[in-house]
Amino acid sequence: MKRTVPLMIVMVGGILMMLQYFIPHQISQTVFAYYTDWTPIIVAFALVLGVGSLTRIHSHKIRRKAKNWQYSYAVLIPLFGMPILAHLWPESISGGMDSPSIFHFIFMHIQVPIQATMFSLLAFYIASAAFRAFRAKSALATVLLLAAVVVMLGQVPIGELLGRWLPETGLWILRYPNLAAKRAIMLGVGFGILATSLKIIFGVERNWLGGAGK
Amino acid sequence: MRKNWIVVPALMILLLLPALSVAQSVDEILTPAAEVQLEQPDPGLDVPGTITVLDRKNDAGDLLVVSFEQPLYTDGIFAYNVYRRVAGESDAEAWNLVEIIPADEPPEFIDGYDPEYPINSGVLYEYRIASVNIDGEEFFGPVFEAGTVSVGEIYHTGKTRVLIAGGLFIFLIFYYFAKAQRGAKMYLRPIAGIEAIDEAIGRATEMGKPILYVPGLSSIADVATIASLTILGRVAKKIAVYQTPLIVPNRDPIVFTVAEEVVKQAYLEAGRPDAYDPDSVFFLTTSQFAFVAGVNGMMMREKPATNFYLGMFWAESLLLAETGSLSGAIQIAGTDAVTQLPFFITTCDYTLIGEELYAASAYLGQEPKQIGALKGQDACKGIIMGFITVALIFGIIDVVANTHILDWLRDLVTSPIME
Repeated sequence: MKRTVPLMIVMVGGILMMLQYFIPHQISQTVFAYYTDWTPIIVAFALVLGVGSLTRIHSHKIRRKAKNWQYSYAVLIPLFGMPILAHLWPESISGGMDSPSIFHFIFMHIQVPIQATMFSLLAFYIASAAFRAFRAKSALATVLLLAAVVVMLGQVPIGELLGRWLPETGLWILRYPNLAAKRAIMLGVGFGILATSLKIIFGVERNWLGGAGK
Repeated sequence: MRKNWIVVPALMILLLLPALSVAQSVDEILTPAAEVQLEQPDPGLDVPGTITVLDRKNDAGDLLVVSFEQPLYTDGIFAYNVYRRVAGESDAEAWNLVEIIPADEPPEFIDGYDPEYPINSGVLYEYRIASVNIDGEEFFGPVFEAGTVSVGEIYHTGKTRVLIAGGLFIFLIFYYFAKAQRGAKMYLRPIAGIEAIDEAIGRATEMGKPILYVPGLSSIADVATIASLTILGRVAKKIAVYQTPLIVPNRDPIVFTVAEEVVKQAYLEAGRPDAYDPDSVFFLTTSQFAFVAGVNGMMMREKPATNFYLGMFWAESLLLAETGSLSGAIQIAGTDAVTQLPFFITTCDYTLIGEELYAASAYLGQEPKQIGALKGQDACKGIIMGFITVALIFGIIDVVANTHILDWLRDLVTSPIME
């Protein structure tokens, strides 16, 4: 029962969704909307489990004085502090989510800059990854390096100054060899998605069921 | 006498000048007046003629195709306002403005896209169209009752080719399922990234360090995430045997609950349920870069010996993989996100490219049905390759013989992406 019910739900739902793609009728659209409406409801419940897991793990760490246990406070205090400031803190003493409020201040002046900083690190990481990728250690790596130089110079004004052929060659590399390789990968991905979906719908792949799958 | 002779023309000139001036001013006054008199009072704009309404095919019964005859004289018309109401209603307030068509655009549109004024299936509507001048004044044409009602179809005729291709694909998958179950030996091309999994787990065990497994940042609705979770089950089973610590941070709460069950079951199957650590699989945060900060922090503190990044990744792929590389871990990545593959290839020791991520589960499990599905995929790719080869030949023939057989083939096998 523990295994059959989820498998039946998946099979019926999967086949319905497959058929729905070919049936434009209003009833079919309603069924589709009904199914997709369930997603945020399930996510809301799962989020409670997620927050519960995070709280449990970090409480254990603090209680056991595990390695780096102090960092757990940096997780738990904002995890509960921010909702309290947003929803429970009296508006008379800067509660709520709208500006001016403590929540808004912390969000705009701590969380947003921290996230922007993390994203900005990508520029440096790209430079370091490019340096590693473009080392001409073999014939193929040299081809990669040359192609990269042509494509990159073709994208900037100096490439045009060096010669009209540079942006044209760069564009040719992007449009033909690069696009052909991308399409080949995407074709394989498409078939992979289809095969995996079919395996799940027809119960061939059951690992996702966890304990119920066996 | 001579003096008199000069005075006379001078006087005449003096008299003529004011006369000319007066004549000019009179002319200036009279000319505009004459133009105003010539211009007739605006009688109103010409209005559109017959309105034709057709049911749109292959829809849910919520769209109508409306076209109308443009007026004979379009001078001064800026746009056409199209109004609709349910047939039979007499209230002037019942008219809803459903579309504004600029005068220079084709006199046709599809009605029903505006969520404020939807078309209801089976309901008869009537239309009227107004010519609008630059000042916004409307000059209404006659009311026309739609000759048809919108009806939803039970089969989308434009998707027949998709149905045939899908049916063929499903048939091939099941054919190879059956063939594999009958015991037919099927060759699987070795994939370096999958073969390195055992080596990577062994390395972590020898070093006494944990293994980090990131099942992507997408939701459970992403097939790449499901593929990653099936691989997690098989990897966790091997890890359980070696009793190596495992860390599985999750970004999506549903993925977390499934991953927790999958790992728990893997330890049970490996005969080591006691070795399962409930804290090994956990939810971190839904925020993309906060998740990266959390995982990168773990990499630098815990120094895992092996990192797995399998699933769907976006901008965080390089941040994760580069930090892992700096921490000295052996890294195996796999994703179907084409834009992130170069980052993983650059920074990881092994990368499962696109479909290899989906194939990994079959490689690790070696179950006949799973291998059969892989063979079915290969057969489908063979068909596509056949079409590409034929298209290539047809393309060359078109160029050499100036024919159009490639267009014929394209029309035969492809469907328009947008109708």
